[in-house]
Amino acid sequence: MGKRILRNRLQDNWRKSKKKKIFIHKSLIHLALISISVIFIFPFYWLVSTSLKSNEQIFTFSPVWIPNPPQWVNYIKAWTFVPFATYLKNTLIICTSIVIGTVLSCSLVAYGFSRIKWVGRDTVFMLVLVVMMIPFQVRMIPLFIVFRSLGWLNTFLPLIVPTYFGVAFYIFLLRQFFLTIPFEFSDAARVDGASDFWIWSRVILPLSKPAIATTALFQWIDQWQDFMGPLIYINDPKKFTLSLGLQQFQSQHLGVEWGLLMAASTIMVLPIIVLFFFTQKTFIQGITMSGLKG
Amino acid sequence: MLKRNRKPGLKDLISSSKERRNLKLGLIFISPWIIGFSMFILYPIFASLYYSFTDYTMISAPKWIGLSNYTKLFFRDEYFRISLYNTLYYTLFSVPLGIVFSVAIALLLNTKVEGMPVYRTIYFLPSITPVVAISILWMWLLNPQYGLVNSILRLIGIEGPGWLTDPAWAKPSLIMMSIWGTGRAIVIYLAGLQDIPQELYEAAEIDGASSLEKVRRITLPLLTPSIFFNSIIGMIGAFQTFTQAYIMTGGGPLNSTLFYGLYLYRNAFNYFSMGYASALAWILFVIVFLCSLLVFKSSGRWVHYGQ
Repeated sequence: MGKRILRNRLQDNWRKSKKKKIFIHKSLIHLALISISVIFIFPFYWLVSTSLKSNEQIFTFSPVWIPNPPQWVNYIKAWTFVPFATYLKNTLIICTSIVIGTVLSCSLVAYGFSRIKWVGRDTVFMLVLVVMMIPFQVRMIPLFIVFRSLGWLNTFLPLIVPTYFGVAFYIFLLRQFFLTIPFEFSDAARVDGASDFWIWSRVILPLSKPAIATTALFQWIDQWQDFMGPLIYINDPKKFTLSLGLQQFQSQHLGVEWGLLMAASTIMVLPIIVLFFFTQKTFIQGITMSGLKG
Repeated sequence: MLKRNRKPGLKDLISSSKERRNLKLGLIFISPWIIGFSMFILYPIFASLYYSFTDYTMISAPKWIGLSNYTKLFFRDEYFRISLYNTLYYTLFSVPLGIVFSVAIALLLNTKVEGMPVYRTIYFLPSITPVVAISILWMWLLNPQYGLVNSILRLIGIEGPGWLTDPAWAKPSLIMMSIWGTGRAIVIYLAGLQDIPQELYEAAEIDGASSLEKVRRITLPLLTPSIFFNSIIGMIGAFQTFTQAYIMTGGGPLNSTLFYGLYLYRNAFNYFSMGYASALAWILFVIVFLCSLLVFKSSGRWVHYGQ
């Protein structure tokens, strides 16, 4: 009897100490993760808080953590000093056109690379991927010269038109997804006499909503923040995008109007963060899809 | 593929009418890419190769000058060497540090801690934030007098450096900023970690392996395909770094952040030396190609593919 009690107690102690060990272990991990989180999130807090500060609270050696009183006027000033409404409109036009072009062209091309078996298909597909690794700078100058001779400078066309002819990364992404759709579906449709275009539009596209959502989302965010494209092709302020407009604003107010600059930056960052919070799942799935099964 | 005895030639494969039909259909579907590839990729590549042998300011037609651009670049252009050095320095630090940092975070996140999705969201946020906004924000954070970083350092009694205004600190500042934005890689690694079969760990536990051994012998080897993928993508991206330097430092102070991409851009769009800029672009192309080849060749030694 006594032995058993002792053994039980020992076991109990062991279990308790193991539990304690796990608890300490987990706490340490949380501590690390939280400290890193602070480093990641605090710049965003500082962005917003600076955007609500007056210059006296900005140019001080001891940081003011909470703006008091919040200077909402910075946002009004930023919005009226700079034609942000125009920049926003331009960015929206470009993003929307590009997303439509990318989804249409890439899903067609990806269909050709996944749902039809043809001689040399996989070799050509390798070419699609290899070409992705060529630095943009190699193509930049001839593209500029061509678009210039077409009279496309200071229009959105150099940014939009190329995406209607397929974008390698999204061709890859959609192809990976199309390959996972059972081939019986298209075979059945073919037996019924459906053409491949019909299958593409009525079978594959409806079944690929997650991949298409990912493509649209990634491309939207990429274009929302694209800077080099607009910088090269656009120099008429009426045609500026948010990125370019914000940079111009910054270079004119170098080192003085930090409150206004932070307000303007917040205006640009906020929509993306809101979009991200509503579409997190699509994001994570998309990155997982693109990163691994290659 | 089809016949066992002799290698099937192209003719055999497209002999049947069904195969011919499929080839035609396939080409029709990928035709947007074929057109785009010839117009926006193939043509520009060869055109820039041609321009690299010319003197071309866009006012008159390109004038053939042979190898002059390349000899100037290698022997008479100090900025070429400076920008190449800066870019290599940036790549050599930002890519490996970014990998170590993001793998470490992914390992921490993979320990089945509560609230993993929340942490993941937080770490991911910087990577989707527009670069222009990030650059402006970090200029402010790193402001020598009033920036948050130096204010905090001052609170603990350290006088921080001038960061972006100090030639010795400007590159490290940009590297630090790039590591802050590695969220996308963290998500990729985390997905890779979650793909590792649990049985492997259980088997190792039976053999009495410690947590550290498990990480070293199971987790890291099985994560190498993702690390490989990210190092290639990261390297190609780092070689083309442009926006941060253009906005935050303009290449300064004392050319310490004059990156290759920035120098190339200046030659093309500030000095309109299209020929010279094309030569610079081709050298970049060759360097990126050689470095990728190096990583690919080395991958046989350190990348493990399961099964």
